[in-house]
Amino acid sequence: MSRLEGTQRIGDAPRVRRLLVIAAVALSALFLLLPLVAIFAQAFAQGAGVFWTNVTNSYTRSAIGLTLFITVLTIPVNLVFGVMLAWLVTRFRFPGRRILQTLIDIPFAVSPVVAGLVYLLLYGRNGWIGGWLDTHDIQLMFAWPGILMVTIFVTCPFVARELIPLMQAQGSRDEEAAVTLGASGWTLFRRVTLPNIRWALLYGVILTNARAVGEFGAVSVVSGAIRGQTNTLPLHLEQLYQDYNTVGAFASAALLALIALLTLAAKAGLEWRAARQEAST
Amino acid sequence: MSIRLQNIAKTYGPPGRGAARALDPLDLEIREGELIGLLGPSGSGKTTLLRIIAGLEAADHTPAPGRILFGDRDVTHVHVRDRRIGFVFQHYALFRHMTVYDNVAFGLTVMPRRQRPTGGEIRARVHRLLEMVQLEPLANRYPAQLSGGQQQRVSLARALALRPDVLLLDEPFGALDAKVRQELRRWLRHLHDELNFTSVFVTHDQEEALELSDRVVVMSNGRIEQIDTPDSLYRAPANRFVFEFLGDVNHLEGEVRDGTLTCGDARLAVELPDGPEELLLRPHEVKLAEAPTADARLPATVTAISPVGAEVRVELAADWMASPWLATLRHADYERLDLRRGQRLYALPRRWHRFPAEPDTRPTRAREAVS
Repeated sequence: MSRLEGTQRIGDAPRVRRLLVIAAVALSALFLLLPLVAIFAQAFAQGAGVFWTNVTNSYTRSAIGLTLFITVLTIPVNLVFGVMLAWLVTRFRFPGRRILQTLIDIPFAVSPVVAGLVYLLLYGRNGWIGGWLDTHDIQLMFAWPGILMVTIFVTCPFVARELIPLMQAQGSRDEEAAVTLGASGWTLFRRVTLPNIRWALLYGVILTNARAVGEFGAVSVVSGAIRGQTNTLPLHLEQLYQDYNTVGAFASAALLALIALLTLAAKAGLEWRAARQEAST
Repeated sequence: MSIRLQNIAKTYGPPGRGAARALDPLDLEIREGELIGLLGPSGSGKTTLLRIIAGLEAADHTPAPGRILFGDRDVTHVHVRDRRIGFVFQHYALFRHMTVYDNVAFGLTVMPRRQRPTGGEIRARVHRLLEMVQLEPLANRYPAQLSGGQQQRVSLARALALRPDVLLLDEPFGALDAKVRQELRRWLRHLHDELNFTSVFVTHDQEEALELSDRVVVMSNGRIEQIDTPDSLYRAPANRFVFEFLGDVNHLEGEVRDGTLTCGDARLAVELPDGPEELLLRPHEVKLAEAPTADARLPATVTAISPVGAEVRVELAADWMASPWLATLRHADYERLDLRRGQRLYALPRRWHRFPAEPDTRPTRAREAVS
């Protein structure tokens, strides 16, 4: 055969490839997989019975309940907010549109602890708005509404960020076509826009869910961490650890890890579906 | 249904210095049952005009508000949804998550419940439409599983499902290959004659406009340059832009003195006053000969020969030409002259055109060459 046989495509050097694969596998094992295994190992270190006692402990159960409660409230709020925002910046031209698109990213850029502090400053008892609220007997900070507010704050870009590039790429032709065929606002959204964005929307929800469940920094500032009342799962975990209850802390950590794994599975499933759809078109 | 546009203009951007004029104020009358082509280069305002007729874009309100009438109905302030138009988009804009059937049925299923036909009627109507566009067997396919031509036919069926008064098509065949385009063009013409709706389509392809339209509206820079039948458009272009846009053009630029136009070593006898002059010739108006005549001495060298269909296209070059000329010959002439590349011969204008600098004040002048 000719000498062409030995030539490779550009960028396909076997030695480099092998090196990169080994590095990637080693690093993921060391930094991702090992800790995950360690969490479950620690959680079950004294047997399943102790794990179970820790998980069913009334404080832990209340923390799980609060975390799920906050998440369940956060998701629909962000869903509506994200769709509206994406619709606004992709379908309308107005002054300040660019700035708005940058503002969406603030929660990504700002440290969650700072966000928590700002909310405390605004809505706390001595805060600007909080003072007025206090005279009307409304308490937001150190109660679940405060936790909900900061959780919404840190997760609000996820849905919009997923939708904006997609809706920009799709353009408004489909919607124009639907309008020329007589469709009115809600019908148009339900039958044309929504089916076009549904996968991106779900993806955004999954990301929101992951972040809402795991948020620590902002929540720790505004919750007050009252056991059995304003403790979310991540806060509870930290408290257990501070109390030298390692098994208890890791039992909670295992729960969080489990939720994370489920979220990842859902995300992978969605991506697989999207890829299959892409291939069929 | 006839369409009348009165004083329609469009400016994009904020009023004042940042504004961009897409359409100068214009009037246009389209008769009932006509098939009208809006022809122009990109940026000429033709798509903007179509979208204004559809109601997808609003015309300017200031300084003077325009009016759009469908028949006697003033639709200027009527929403797209209620204008009773069918719109066909360049890239089809089919709903990709719906089957062909559901796409065509869409307009019928979103009607207010009281006006909506029964399920059986909808089914019958959609199947009739699919039969008409010859896509009945593909009713359950998704748009992604169809070819471009098939998708455009679905889009047409979808637009016709609501029996619109007016059918508007935005570069309907722009994204298709030449052969499918030709086929669809004939088919659309046939459909138009059969159903007799009023249609307006946008195109940048002069051949398409000339072949398909009853009348062509030629546009450039947001203005209407000429409205005419394809035949008179080609024979009597109103101005230089129309002439140049409708086909290949050869230029002869020179100085006239005592009835002779001179340009380098080229000479042509003309009955024109002294001064600088530019003559324009279509490729079929250029004859080739082995010797000059008393009136014309236009030496040229053959640089390329390509037999295309019924004619032979010959490219000519010479020092006196600003850009190469193109001549189209019949095969018989081509064989008689025994043309080869590099051969030197003489161009003989059969006919030429000139458009003096003020196109608005002076009509077209086409002259038979003195021979």
